[in-house]
Amino acid sequence: MNNILKIENLSKTYKSAGNTLTVLNNINFLVEEGSTFSIVGPSGSGKTTLLGLCAGLDRSTSGLVELNNIRLDNLSEDERAQVRNQYVGFIFQNFQLLPTLTALENVMVPLELRGEKNTRSRSMDLLEKVGLANRSHHYPTQLSGGEQQRISLARAFSNQPKILFADEPTGNLDAETSEKMVKLLFDLNRENGTTLILVTHDMELASKTQRIIRIKGGNLISDERTAVSV
Amino acid sequence: MNPTPNIQKRAINFGWLLQMAWRDSRKNRSRLFLFISSIVLGIASLVAIYSFGFNLRQDIDNQAAELVGADLVISGNKPISPQIKTLIDSLGDRKSTQRSFVSMVLFTKNQGTRLVEVRALQGAFPYYGSIETTPVSAATAFRKNKQVLADRNLMLQFNAHLGDSLKIGNVTFTIAGILDKAPGQTSLAASVAPVVYMPLAYLEQTGLMARGSRINYSYYIKYDRPENIEKLTTKIEPRLDKEDLNLQTVASQKEQTSRSFEDLTRFLALVGFVALLLGCIGVASSIHIYVREKLKAIAIMRCLGVKSTEAFLIYLIQIVIIGFIGSIIGAALGTVIQQLLPIAFKDFLPIEITVAISWASIGTGILLGVVISLLFAMLPLVSVRNISPLNTLRVSDESITAKRDPLKWLVYILIVAFIVGFTYLQLHNWKQAVAFTGFVLLAFLVLTGVATLIMWLLRKFLPLSWSYLLRQGFANLYRPNNQTIILLVSIGLGTAFISTLFFIQSILLSRINLSSGESQPNLILFDIQSNQQKQVADLTKQQHLPVMGMVPIVTIRLQELNGKTGAFYKKDTTLHVSRQVFSREYRVSYRDSLVSSEKITAGQWIGRTDANTITPISVEEKFAEHNHLKIGDKMLFNVQGVNMETKIASFRKVNWNRIQTNFLVLFPAGVLEQAPQYFVFTTHVPNATASAKYQQAIVKSFPNISIIDLALVLKLLDDILGKISFVIRFMAGFSIVTGLIVLIASVLISKYQRIQESVLLRTLGASKRQILIITGLEYFFLGAIAALTGILISVPGSWALAKYSFDTTFSPPLLPVVILFFVVALITVFIGLFNSRGILNRPPLEVLRSDT
Repeated sequence: MNNILKIENLSKTYKSAGNTLTVLNNINFLVEEGSTFSIVGPSGSGKTTLLGLCAGLDRSTSGLVELNNIRLDNLSEDERAQVRNQYVGFIFQNFQLLPTLTALENVMVPLELRGEKNTRSRSMDLLEKVGLANRSHHYPTQLSGGEQQRISLARAFSNQPKILFADEPTGNLDAETSEKMVKLLFDLNRENGTTLILVTHDMELASKTQRIIRIKGGNLISDERTAVSV
Repeated sequence: MNPTPNIQKRAINFGWLLQMAWRDSRKNRSRLFLFISSIVLGIASLVAIYSFGFNLRQDIDNQAAELVGADLVISGNKPISPQIKTLIDSLGDRKSTQRSFVSMVLFTKNQGTRLVEVRALQGAFPYYGSIETTPVSAATAFRKNKQVLADRNLMLQFNAHLGDSLKIGNVTFTIAGILDKAPGQTSLAASVAPVVYMPLAYLEQTGLMARGSRINYSYYIKYDRPENIEKLTTKIEPRLDKEDLNLQTVASQKEQTSRSFEDLTRFLALVGFVALLLGCIGVASSIHIYVREKLKAIAIMRCLGVKSTEAFLIYLIQIVIIGFIGSIIGAALGTVIQQLLPIAFKDFLPIEITVAISWASIGTGILLGVVISLLFAMLPLVSVRNISPLNTLRVSDESITAKRDPLKWLVYILIVAFIVGFTYLQLHNWKQAVAFTGFVLLAFLVLTGVATLIMWLLRKFLPLSWSYLLRQGFANLYRPNNQTIILLVSIGLGTAFISTLFFIQSILLSRINLSSGESQPNLILFDIQSNQQKQVADLTKQQHLPVMGMVPIVTIRLQELNGKTGAFYKKDTTLHVSRQVFSREYRVSYRDSLVSSEKITAGQWIGRTDANTITPISVEEKFAEHNHLKIGDKMLFNVQGVNMETKIASFRKVNWNRIQTNFLVLFPAGVLEQAPQYFVFTTHVPNATASAKYQQAIVKSFPNISIIDLALVLKLLDDILGKISFVIRFMAGFSIVTGLIVLIASVLISKYQRIQESVLLRTLGASKRQILIITGLEYFFLGAIAALTGILISVPGSWALAKYSFDTTFSPPLLPVVILFFVVALITVFIGLFNSRGILNRPPLEVLRSDT
């Protein structure tokens, strides 16, 4: 099986008031295409920074990030934006919907950016899948947290990404809504054959993925496969 | 290996950007409009002024012939030579002659007297336009009879009616008509010297042609076919020049009038431009906050694959569109305001102003509005390019504040270049354009500097012992998202404008009032002949008035300077002697001592001499400096036909501010006593009744004597200043109202910023009153500091004006300034509180749930 994501000797340091702060220290791992994968660790361990680097949202201090065989560390910010638009989907803890766009328009943005046709009907199909076709003309503020996260899910899958990054996707949801959301996420992932990378400190959620790496103090301290079958 | 094998290059899709700009603005349009409303008034003022200027040019073009009244006008201040008379006789198909001079007139019915401009006319002048009179027929009828036309205001002032008698010199005329408008005369000029037209045939009989009277001789020439005027002008001009005669044609009048009014409209356009700049600062500041609020949305878009340029363009499109709409509204408003400008300016204009819509001005205004709002909005907008998608994971301000973007410097350079360029287009002078820009930048810098300093001082030294409300109110001045700089700059600049106006007005008025003290003369009599000298003094004493001065005046001309004639200096311009030195008529005096308004600054004052030596004279220092005269220079004067050799023995500094007789050239006693001369006499009258009685007596006994009534001059000056300051206030009003709009916009924007915090405070139990006090204190500090800084900025400028331009001491008028200070501070508090009332009146939950 091909590797969709390759991380080699990845480090990230920040300079602050003359001191160097190492947030990630020499991280290495490979993620197979179509697999599900969790990054877990306590608050401040560097897992969100790692997600940002993996998704090309930030530049590493040293080391290599290769997404779908494209070396991200060599690319300009605008080139990385194109990579994200083409291959990457995102789900955030606080949903990150554009507040001035309706639910439907939020889902349409990645498709429109690619200049694709039938964006409206394709986005409506996705809203249908997440059960929110009847809320398509509502603005994010008019939707509940769970509904917003489902819109965000529809948006994440709209450009048929090869890899989906989810940062604490249930962090802002109640238990019942979380459960529905997780099911939807994994179903859609399976249907689309997308690689899923979860960042969470919820071990129960992490255990639903095939592989878990643990980060502590910027170091990768374990990398284990779970009982979930591929 | 190719590092980017699978990236599909994507071109920018403008259609989608437009759509996104539209969508993104959907919930912010009223706020965006609020930002742009700051430039509406600036554009409005510029469009109004441009349209006004455009119509003015057209009207001058159309009415120039009526301003002159003939195809050619030859004029001078001495009788023409026989050669010139032959020349004038040979010109044109029809001719009119006019002699004008100032003289007293007497309304015999009520014995009222007044100094007027008498125009003695012969011929059918004006050939273009008309002398407007009531009744209309009087304009022609008076010429053939012993009749006059008298200015409308003059008639009103003396309650005179048609058919009343008016005495000019020794002749009594009947008032045949009320003069409504003389060709080329402004109503301002008419109020300074009201005009009385009389037939030229009676001039001799008035006895006012005596030597010493300053008479202007004009010849109006009309051609039936005026096509070749230009050729003719070139031919005869040198001959007229030689004899110090002026030549005026319709074309030259057009040029001259256009030039002076173009200067006016340019100056006004600059004032309007300052209002626009002020508005633009408001736009820049508002957009800065807007971008800050959009940080999250931009980061999300970047996350989804929007390029930095695309994100930048989405917001740029919004600004361009909203700037365009704002400019259209401004242009429409300007076109309305333009209707008012002729009312403000009518007293200064010699022509009728039409009010037509000027599409060119509207186009210029809209273009200017879009360009300038774009330029200023670019400052905060370039930061959009640097907003990292990482902000979706953790929001920080760093990406839009910390980074020094070289593009920002480019925008700064463009803005400065734009201001210099625009100013140059108004002034046509690079030096002045750079100086103006420098001054504006300096004012902005000083205000920004003060704001920064205050924030720093507060942060550093805000005493912890103060009450919470006081500390919070102060702290709001420096905390994140504060509006301190923008409010200080806009309110400060507006205040600086108004207080400078106050200062200049007070400088001008104090200068005049200097002369109105008890011990100072307030009535000046001139054109007193030698034989009337004693009689006038006697009459004055009879009326129990003081004889304060009887100054002899001799009219002379300069023949040679250091043995060289005017023609020589005209050829050799390197000698820097102005043409006027030779062409002017010098009214000089002689005495054996200096008076209190004079001080010798170089050489030696010699008070007495005799006819056997070269006469030592004293020259006013600025006149000497201007014409590069030196102590010891020899000046040969023509004293009424007799040459007199003199040399400069001293320079004097003269205080011209006092209304009394002062001279450029002063002779010692002992040489001019026998020359033909007239006298100027000064006295002090205690009140208007005494003044009227005295003036009547003088005019009755000595019709040739003219009287300047200082009380009247003061009133006139007050009138003129009032009219000028109305125009300036009208224009400054744009800046001030723009300042207020910027203030309202800033307060509303900061309201969005403060909502969360105020709600939190209310949730924690703060009362309405406490939040009101915190907000009120914050805006009072802002308003007070801005007003104070503005006033302080205007002080050095006004001081310099007083010292160098008006040569007087500067003492700021305290009361108006104190009032101004409190008015500005209180308006700021009022607007601040009025716009914050939404926070106070809404329940916390409602605000928490709403999308801020």
